[in-house]
Amino acid sequence: MVTNTPATTLRSTVGDSSAASPSPAYAAWLRGEARRANLITLTRAILLLAALVLWEVLARTHVVNPMLTSYPSAVWPTFLELLRTGDLLGHTWATFQATLVGFTVSMALGVAVAAVLWWSGFAYKVLDPFLVVANAMPKIAFVPIFYIWLGSEYSVYGMAVAISVFITIMVVFEGFRGIDPNKIKLALTLGASKWQILTMVVLPGSVPTLLAALKVNIGLALVGVIVGEFQSASEGLGFLIINGSQVFKLNIVMTAIVVLALLSGIMYLAIAHFEKATVRRYSS
Amino acid sequence: MMADTVLERPAAGPRGSSQRIEIDKVSLRYFTRQAEILALSGISLTIEPGEFVSLIGQSGCGKSTLLSIIAGILPPSDGEVRVGGKTVAAPSPRIGYMLQQDYLFEWRTILDNALLGAEIQKRDMKEARDRAVRLLEKCGMGHFLDQYPRALSGGMRQRVALARTLATDPDVVLLDEPFSALDSQTRLAIADEVVDVLRGEGKSVVLVTHDIGEAISMTDRVVVLSRRPGRIKSQHRIVFPSMPDRRPTPFEARGLPEFNEYFNTLWDELDVHVEG
Repeated sequence: MVTNTPATTLRSTVGDSSAASPSPAYAAWLRGEARRANLITLTRAILLLAALVLWEVLARTHVVNPMLTSYPSAVWPTFLELLRTGDLLGHTWATFQATLVGFTVSMALGVAVAAVLWWSGFAYKVLDPFLVVANAMPKIAFVPIFYIWLGSEYSVYGMAVAISVFITIMVVFEGFRGIDPNKIKLALTLGASKWQILTMVVLPGSVPTLLAALKVNIGLALVGVIVGEFQSASEGLGFLIINGSQVFKLNIVMTAIVVLALLSGIMYLAIAHFEKATVRRYSS
Repeated sequence: MMADTVLERPAAGPRGSSQRIEIDKVSLRYFTRQAEILALSGISLTIEPGEFVSLIGQSGCGKSTLLSIIAGILPPSDGEVRVGGKTVAAPSPRIGYMLQQDYLFEWRTILDNALLGAEIQKRDMKEARDRAVRLLEKCGMGHFLDQYPRALSGGMRQRVALARTLATDPDVVLLDEPFSALDSQTRLAIADEVVDVLRGEGKSVVLVTHDIGEAISMTDRVVVLSRRPGRIKSQHRIVFPSMPDRRPTPFEARGLPEFNEYFNTLWDELDVHVEG
């Protein structure tokens, strides 16, 4: 019967996953897929290892000057040393904590400003060129000014926000604008106020965009924090890097950079994981 | 061709409320930098409580625009629309609007989608929930209450959209080409169900479509709009003497001899010619 068509369609899509017993060909295909995935992981590990070995060998054989590059087997004791004397964890925490603050503030500020721009087409038209210039402007130029204006601690937060907030505004606003106007029309026909449209249609509809902004943001906030710490801080990985380079202890610089790489990797993965868990609900 | 016929229909069913829609000399003009455009010109039309009326016309004749005016999301330049004697000035819970596509919110379950109107209008949620569940069951979606829209086929999604439209118990329901996004088999099946549910609820209905067959098979009266500026060109009351004991379902109607007669008449009136 015609009436059954939609229901049948659904059953067939659901049915795929619950196939009785896989055919040999399917089992072979699954094994092939798993092998491919393993090969990729293995190759990545080899690549990383090769880079470390190359670094070590080139420095040890004085092809490059170990004074300038340090090398892994020298970084490792420095790492342990820094860890033992207690300040590495403290520095890492300081950077992490400042990044988190900067990232949260710029996310909140970015969404709020994007909401204002969405609310008022006039505000958007007026502010658009300023935003474009502010976004293109190299914010690093503000480091000394922020240091004078905000002091050593708050200038770090200030840099993190300054670097990430404009792109957040633009990405989030584009997301708001990308909401299907018919969804808004639907809410209007049901009598929705502008505030209800914002909170019930535009914001929840923009969750995938917000998550994408989050991913861009965390990296940029970290850049801001490190740059801020270069100038002003007495703690943090940026301080460690600048301090290490000033006393020419490249071991310390390299250790801080490796820890920084790990930190940014972990933060990015955390957000990617969160995104994966959330975005499933929002895909059509 | 008929004058603005007043159609006496049996009183609305016990469940639903229904209201007369009066469109009184409605015109709409809008401005672009290049020109002033008259989209609708002096449209007057009365839809009786419980009556199903369709508006047909070629694309660009302003039929969807007229629907937006009835819904109160677009103010007319001249004239007014009254529902149950009261002027429509803004979107109102008395008017339900079903769009061309379902526009279900991906982040809400089927039940929560159907409850959108009640939430926006800050209704009593327990009562609204009971009503929405009953409507979803009636539309054959009772097993999907907690699913998300992505699990549903196009036809099922449009049924949920119908339940969402009716969940706030509007007096009149406006359908803006509600099946245009569906494949042809699903269209036929859904048309039967939608008409069945809407008649069961006793609603007044205005259907906008460019599908002549849909207009004839689903509604009591077909109103033909002219090209821009949209005016009422003619009206046709649809009756099926070959099935005297009851009203045929849309699917049955398509098989009756009167269907083809109406189709040919309307085809001539629409004056369709393909422009290259």
